[in-house]
This record gives sequence, structure tokens and C-alpha cells, in this order.
Amino acid sequence: MNTGYNFAYLDEQTKRMVRRAILKAVAIPGHQVPFGSREMPLPYGWGTGGIQVTASIIGADDVLKVIDQGADDTTNAVSIRRFFARTAGVTPTTRTAEATVIQTRHRIPELPLREDQILVYQVPQPEPLSRLESSRAETRRMHALSEYGLMHVKLYEDITRYGHVSISHDYPVMVNGRYLMAPSPIPAFDNPKMHMMPALQLFGAGREKRIYAVPPYTAVHSLDFDDHPFRLTRAPHACGLCGATDSYLDEVVLDDRGGRLFVCSDTDHCETRRAAGHAGPDALAAE
Amino acid sequence: MNEDTLLSARGLTLHFGAVPALVDVDAELWPGEVLAVVGESGSGKTSLLNVLSGRWQPQSGVVWYRDPEGKLADVHAMPQPTLRALHRSDWGFVHQNPRENLRMGVTAGGNVGERLMAQGARHYGRIREEAIAWLGQVEIDADRVDDLPRTFSGGMLQRLQIARTLVTHPRLVFMDEPTGGLDVSVQARLLDLIRSLVARLGIAAVLVTHDLTVARLLAHRIMVMQRGRVVEAGLTDQVLDDPRHAYTQLLVSSVLQA
Repeated sequence: MNTGYNFAYLDEQTKRMVRRAILKAVAIPGHQVPFGSREMPLPYGWGTGGIQVTASIIGADDVLKVIDQGADDTTNAVSIRRFFARTAGVTPTTRTAEATVIQTRHRIPELPLREDQILVYQVPQPEPLSRLESSRAETRRMHALSEYGLMHVKLYEDITRYGHVSISHDYPVMVNGRYLMAPSPIPAFDNPKMHMMPALQLFGAGREKRIYAVPPYTAVHSLDFDDHPFRLTRAPHACGLCGATDSYLDEVVLDDRGGRLFVCSDTDHCETRRAAGHAGPDALAAE
Repeated sequence: MNEDTLLSARGLTLHFGAVPALVDVDAELWPGEVLAVVGESGSGKTSLLNVLSGRWQPQSGVVWYRDPEGKLADVHAMPQPTLRALHRSDWGFVHQNPRENLRMGVTAGGNVGERLMAQGARHYGRIREEAIAWLGQVEIDADRVDDLPRTFSGGMLQRLQIARTLVTHPRLVFMDEPTGGLDVSVQARLLDLIRSLVARLGIAAVLVTHDLTVARLLAHRIMVMQRGRVVEAGLTDQVLDDPRHAYTQLLVSSVLQA
């Protein structure tokens, strides 16, 4: 662990600054708090915001899990886990149940989280209105005055054109009935998990220099119309390896003759289920 | 001021450097009344509209608005959220160029429904029904509800803008040259439409125009402006048939007689 860097890479003053932003964010659920985002030893878009939040809250006795699209074994997840193992000496894990801090990109673990866990999201674009209103001064005013009719115009247009709301990920939510929030590019499938979650949820956007949060047990509602309620979308298959019918699936192309495999995107969830004896239709073929 | 005035302005003054845009302007507007502001370009008509609607701050003077409960409010002392809410519901603004007000990438139905959704309407079917009903009121076919405004003609765009503005049943509409930039036959149809809508819905309107014909057709009362001053005001027919001020006489005589 001896790297010559301060504990968890960032210097103490920076961590205090980030923690102050986090405290403010927790106090105003869903509100974007600006912070002095630092240069990190990885490019923007790879999780610079999430990594700064994690560095500020992590302690030596924490157990860290990092997932990227639900998987623990992708490059991004492996490097960030190794980064904290080297600079903070924390115990890395791939088990959701054992982790105290989970940094995530694009997923919420399938296993329900507990009060003693913190979920840190990597956020590319914290402003949910960014595609509808280009001026940040104006979007800040819209948040201040709770003027969110424009977001419903977007939903109206989707229903008019496609017959349903076509937002598959980063589906906008209202937090605590007050702030419109971008939940980071998690699939809309994961949105209901944010509602009344016992774990603290922190969101870090490094390039956009914003931190926001959803405290434990806070109401999070996906936007919808009364006659077009929010609906979960999921591939209509069972996981090929563990047979789960209620988890979010990835489609894996196997060959150039149309062969494909649907597997749980949450690798830990899939492995836990297989260890418990569940098996899907493709479990043997894969081994 | 009178018991039931809707909007009342006193001593409005606004200068841009040495250029006077408004000099000590008074104005009154009663519910259901259309007030035309005429004058040549640069006479302060649009400045007056922007100050009356609270978009611009005057250097001196005050604008009072009576809300539906009958309470008076100083438009320029209102907190911004209140003023913005007013602009979304009780008031409307019709621009000369409909593209400034419409969302060109959003269907006609979405454009009309936006103010409803901003007020909290959350039922897709009802918003859509309301939008179709309003398109009918402004003589746009119901089957154009899902078309983008860029496929509309200039006159249709202006009518769409009017539908979008009136959908929340405002009590007061500010119109800045609503028929400008349209050809004469389309203008006539649009004027007819505005006149019938305003009369049927009992909307009060401040109408800025340089076209005396428009003023004569739509307005109950008229204000003639020159270099920021109101030089003559009164009932439309009275002012246009018997102009007293030299400048008004010049304006009236410059209109080609049919």
C-alpha cells in the first residue's frame, strides 16, 4: 500500500471540501451541489466524480466493491478497485452483501442494500434538463422554481411518437417531491430500487463538477403520466446461467449465426444464485 | 385607480442613454378590453409592452395588476417566481415571430400542451384532447396535432402560437405585431380569428402594431405614441375618425383609402 500518496490519494483539504459538498447534498435531496472537482489519474468519463466521492468517504476498515454495468470484472471496475486497494489499503470484494461502499457505473445491484452501505454513482451528466434547455443559468432557475413542465413535454413527445416513453436509461426522477434528478445512466429497470432505499446514495460528476445525493428512505418517483404509468422494461428471458427471471439481463452475442445468450448483468447476483444451485438453460453449455 | 381596472400604469419612464423609450406614460386596461398601441417604429411601443409585462424594469413609474382575487400587485415588485407563474397561466405573450415562442422540435400537440403540463396536468389523454380542441379553435386540422411546427405555413405557425398561449385561459394577453410578416389575405383571416377569440373568451389584450387597420379592427381603445410619449389616446373610432394631434393626423392620412 505504500504509494507515497496521502490516504485514498486525495489530500485531506480536498477530501474535506468534497465532504462538505456531500453533507449539503444530503441535506437537500436531489439538489446539485457544485464542488471543486480535481484532476484524477484517469480520464473524464471513466468515473472521476465517483472516485472522488469514494475517496472522501472511505475509511481503512471499509470493504469496497466496484461495478461497471453490473460486472465486477470489467477494466474500469478492476482498475478503480485496484486504485483504492493501493492508495487506501481497503479490502476489495465482489460480494454485494459484504461491501460497505459500492461504487457503481450504470447499475444498482440486484441484492437489496442495507442501512450500513453507501452506493456511489459515477455520473456523466448531472443535469436532467440538459438536452431540453441548453442554458445552465436557466436550468438552475427552473430547479429553484420547481418548473419541470418541460420534462413532461419530452415524455409527451415520446408517447406521441412511439406510443410509450422511450427513455431506456437515465430516466428522470423526482426526489422527495421537490427536485428533478438524473439518476445517472442506470437502466429505468433500476429506478424503483432508489425509492426508499435504506442505503445512502451519492452521485459524483467529475467533469461537470457536481455532487448530489439521495439520503436513506427518501421517496424517489420516476416521472410519468396518470394514464401512461412508469413501467419496467426487461428482456423477456430467463438468465441463461442462473435461470433468474427477475434480474436485469445483458444480451451476449455468441457467434455470427444468430446465437445469443441472455445473462444477468449483475455478475455477483448470478454467481450467488449459481452457487446456491440455481441453473439456467445454458448453464452446461457455458462450462 | 378604478375599482375594476385589470392593469394600470402610472408615469412609466425609460431611457436608453439619451434616447427616450418611454416618457411619463400612463395606461389603463379594463377586463375584456383590447388596447392598441400604435406609432411608427422606434416610438416606444415594444418598450411599453415589455415594461407592462414585467419583462423590463422601468426607470420610474409603476404598473399595477389586479389578480383574479381582486388583489392589486406591483408587477415590478413581484418576486420572480410569482411573475413567472403569472406569465405561464394568467398572462400570455404573442410574439411577432412565432418561432421565438414555439418549440420547433416539438409536435403541435406538445407545444399547445406545454403550458398545461407546466401547471401540473399529468394525464396524457386529456392534455391531448385539450390540444386538439384548441387546434380546432384556431382552425388547424386535428390530424396535424402530431406534426412538427416546421411543416406549418407562416399563418398556421402564428395560429399555433395563439392556441399555445390561450390554452390556459389567460385573462390578459400581450401581442407584439401579431400579424406582422404575413401576407394580406392570411392577415385578414388571422385578425378575424383573434377578434372572435378575444370577444368569445373575454380576454383583455394589449396590442402593439404599426398597422392602423389592425388597430381599427381589433381594438376598443387606442394609444398613439411618438418618441416615447403618448400623444393621443381614446376610443379607436374617435381617434381614427377625428384625430386631434398632428402626428395622429399624419398617421391616419398616410393609410391608403380603399
